Amino acid sequence: MSHTPAEPVEDIEIKLLLEALYLRYHFDFRHYAKASIKRRLRQARDQLGFATFSAMQEKLLHSEAMVGTLLDYLTVQVSEMFRDPGYFKAMRERVLPHLRTYPSLKIWIAGCSHGEEVYSFAIMLLEEGLLDRTMIYATDINPGALEIARSGVYPLDRIAAFTRNHQQAGGKTSLADHYTTAYGRAVFDKKLRAQVVFSDHSLVTDEVFTECQLVSCRNVMIYFDRPLQDRAVGLFRDSLTRRGFLGLGSKETLRFSEHAGAFTDFVREEKIYQRSEA
Amino acid sequence: MSAEPVAAVVIGASAGAVQALSDILPRLPADYSLPIMVVVHVPTAPSGLTTLFAAKCAMAVVEPDDKEMIAPGSIYFAPPGYHLLVEPGGSIALSADEPVLYSRPSIDVLFESAADSFGPGLLGIVLTGANEDGARGAAAIEQRGGRVLVEDPATAYAATMPAAALARCSAARALSLDALSDYLIRAGSR
Ligand SMILES: C[S@@+](CC[C@H](N)C(=O)[O-])C[C@H]1O[C@@H](n2cnc3c(N)ncnc32)[C@H](O)[C@@H]1O
Repeated sequence: MSHTPAEPVEDIEIKLLLEALYLRYHFDFRHYAKASIKRRLRQARDQLGFATFSAMQEKLLHSEAMVGTLLDYLTVQVSEMFRDPGYFKAMRERVLPHLRTYPSLKIWIAGCSHGEEVYSFAIMLLEEGLLDRTMIYATDINPGALEIARSGVYPLDRIAAFTRNHQQAGGKTSLADHYTTAYGRAVFDKKLRAQVVFSDHSLVTDEVFTECQLVSCRNVMIYFDRPLQDRAVGLFRDSLTRRGFLGLGSKETLRFSEHAGAFTDFVREEKIYQRSEA
Repeated sequence: MSAEPVAAVVIGASAGAVQALSDILPRLPADYSLPIMVVVHVPTAPSGLTTLFAAKCAMAVVEPDDKEMIAPGSIYFAPPGYHLLVEPGGSIALSADEPVLYSRPSIDVLFESAADSFGPGLLGIVLTGANEDGARGAAAIEQRGGRVLVEDPATAYAATMPAAALARCSAARALSLDALSDYLIRAGSR
C-alpha cells in the first residue's frame, strides 16, 4: 500500500473547527489565508484555556456564546483614521474630481471595522462639498465592530495619530471640528453618518447589493486565500459602474487576480484601480 | 540538527540590523538557490530597507505584495507595518494584526509560519537585537525539525536577541557574522 505522510493533526482539527463554525453559524473562514488563521486560532485556544482545537469545537457547537468570542479572534480589528495618508490624498486629488461629475454618488466601504475608514471618507467628502449627495455603504461581518462604527466613539488617546494622518492626507479642516470630547472619548459628529448605512455583509457568502462608483476595501482581502480574493474582487467588479474606482490596502494588488483584466491602474503607488470599459 | 537540504531561509534582526545584514546579504551570489525572508524591526513609515539592500546585493531584493509567490534567489523584506507570513503553498501572506512584543513586523510570526510551511527544510537565523522577539519562533523551527543559527552574542552589537534564541533552542549554534555568511553560501550555492 502506498503511504502518503499524514496531515498534521492540528491542521485536521482546524479544518473541522472551521467547518463546524460554518455549518452551525454560517460564518465561513474555510478559505482564509491559512498561516494567519492558524496563528489566531492558536491564540484563541491558549488564551481561552482549551487543550485542543477539538475541545474548542465541542464548546462552539454547543454554546452559542462562543461564536462572538471566536469571531473577535478570527477577525482583525486594527485600523486608523486616514490610515496611509497618501491613499486619502490620492482619493481627494485624483478620484474625487471624477466623482464630482455625478449628480449622486454611492461608495462602498467593505470591511469597515470600527468605522475609522468610514469617518475618514465622510470628513473628506464634507470638506470637498460632496457629502450631501453621497450614500456610503459600510459593511463588515463582525457585529460588535459594526456597533462601534455606528457609534463613532473612539478613545481620546487615538486622536493624536488620527489628527496627524488627517493633516498629511491634505485635510482642509481641523479634525477637532468634527468631534466633541466626553469622559476620555471623542464622539464624532452625527452629521457625518447621516448618509451612511452600516450593515452586515460578508465578502465570502453574500452577493452584490448595490451599484456604486467607488469601492474601498483595505486590508481585508489579505486575510483571504487567492480564490477567495477572486470572489471578492468579482463582487467589486460587478458592483462598480463603468469607470468606477477600486481602492485596496497599500500591500494588496490585483496583479494575481483572475479579474485583473477588468481593471486598470489609476494611481499605481496607492493601489487605486479603475474599472475598464467592459 | 536537520539532515535535510535547506529549502528556505528566514532571518530576524533588530538593533544593529543594517550593519549585520550588510555583512551577510551582499556576499550572496545572484544565482543563489534559496529564498530568504527577512524581518527587521524598524520605526514606522517607509523603511527604505529594500532600496538600501537592492543597491548592495546581487540577489533580487523585494518588498513583497500580499500573495506574492516565493521565488529562489530573492530576498524578501517584511513591509513596515505588516507581519510577513508564509502560506503552505509557498506564497507570502501579509497581515495587519496587532504588533507582537511591540513589533510589527514580528520575527516570531514569520518564523512560526515558515516553520509550519517548510518544516525540516527551514534555516532560521537570529541576529543582533535588544529584545526577545525571535526566540519563540526559533523554538518552533527546531520543533519542526528545522535548524537555527544565531549571531554570537559575545560579538553581536546587541546580545539580548541572539542570547534569548539560544536559550530556547537546544541544537542552535552561535556563529560570527563571517561564519554565518559562509554557512549561508554553502547552503544555497548551485
Ligand atoms: C484589518 S481590518 C481593516 C479595517 C479598515 N478597512 C482599514 O484598512 O483600516 C479587517 C476587517 O475586515 C473584516 N472582515 C473579515 N472578513 C470579512 C468578510 N468575509 N466580509 C467582510 N468583512 C470582513 C473584519 O471584521 C475587520 O473589520
